[in-house]
Amino acid sequence: MAGLDKRVATYEEALEGLTDNMTVLAGGFGLCGIPENLIAEIKRRGVKGLTVVSNNCGVDGFGLGVLLEQHQIRKMVASYVGENAEFERQLLSGELEVELTPQGTLAEKMRAGGAGIPAFYTATGYGTPVAEGKEVREFNGRKYIMEEAITGDFAIVKGWKADHYGNVVYRNTAQNFNPLAATAGKITVVEVEEIVEPGVLLPSEIHTPGIYVDRVIVGTFEKRIEKRTVKA
Amino acid sequence: MALTREQMAQRVARELKDGYYVNLGIGIPTLVANYVPADMDVMLQSENGLLGMGEFPTEAQLDADMINAGKQTVTARRGASIFNSAESFAMIRGGHVDLTVLGAFEVDVEGNIASWMIPGKLVKGMGGAMDLVAGADNIIVTMTHASKDGESKLLSRCSLPLTGAGCIRKVLTDLAYLEIENGAFILRETAPGVSVEEIIEKTAGKLIVADDVKEMTF
Repeated sequence: MAGLDKRVATYEEALEGLTDNMTVLAGGFGLCGIPENLIAEIKRRGVKGLTVVSNNCGVDGFGLGVLLEQHQIRKMVASYVGENAEFERQLLSGELEVELTPQGTLAEKMRAGGAGIPAFYTATGYGTPVAEGKEVREFNGRKYIMEEAITGDFAIVKGWKADHYGNVVYRNTAQNFNPLAATAGKITVVEVEEIVEPGVLLPSEIHTPGIYVDRVIVGTFEKRIEKRTVKA
Repeated sequence: MALTREQMAQRVARELKDGYYVNLGIGIPTLVANYVPADMDVMLQSENGLLGMGEFPTEAQLDADMINAGKQTVTARRGASIFNSAESFAMIRGGHVDLTVLGAFEVDVEGNIASWMIPGKLVKGMGGAMDLVAGADNIIVTMTHASKDGESKLLSRCSLPLTGAGCIRKVLTDLAYLEIENGAFILRETAPGVSVEEIIEKTAGKLIVADDVKEMTF
């Protein structure tokens, strides 16, 4: 198993090779299923000029929001942002570039990137500002725009459990973009709540097969809730 | 009287059918879940990756890993499934969702919808709205008929950047239920006590009053 043992012991090791101006794909939806400790490690390393691809950009002081504090993100590719004041400030002052991408297109861009498909056509965004500058083609009487795939130098992913081989399962809706990001990183790093012995996870229940995963680390998570809502 | 938010949700709920898979947007659309008839089984899709959204949790059930597309904590109902975001949007883009209900700033007689961007104001993003309007056949837009200043939101041409082109056929406002056909709004139903004249006055786009226009009852 030696060559297939993806476990690393420290977060420093987990993100070894991450340098300025790289593209990082991050899993998560809002604050649900975000790789909290890998984000903290990016902050600690102080790398700058990053392009970050993630559905959202965290909040002030938590999630990807912490990377804004030292201006580590140059460009954000996301479907919905601005839950944080610092993000808004950097956007309005022109320090931060934002490429707003429809949520389904963003997911499919990552999926395509991981699957070796350079581009695809979708009806989403046709006739809207998203279509500007993009090729339009008609199929069966309907217009579609061409969207290009996304890959990253690194993918940072939050799983629930993984085994030594890097097989990963996710918990509930913390799955979201994580398995897609996992397929599309040149180096894919997964942090999990628990690393289990090989054989514990059933082959048929694996969400992300280990072939996509380069490094696995176990962490502890705050799991902050963005909109705590309970039954009246 | 203009419809209340609850009445709007109630009216939308009359479009539900037993066995439907439904995606409800944030705001009034979310309230539709409260009016699913007891004899119907309807499965709610939440685009962050949950088919079969249940009620809000009790304190004991609260789970940071279980949220809806509005980022609220929720539960999963019996028969639910959970999947990744690409799978979720395959359902939406592939036309598998039977009914989509969402809000808007404007719609027009060509079925265009604007719901995500007001130039000059901070743009937060479209989230999944562009995918939902492009992917679904059966969409109901819920919104107020006119702005607070009395400006009509039912136009001959949307003035704001679009969320989708030519994809809207049904609109429920606080004053009326309308359909969009052949470049016009067709007035099908009026809110109780709201006159056809008031709706004509507050509709900027071409409006045709259906011969059999009805008054809604609650």
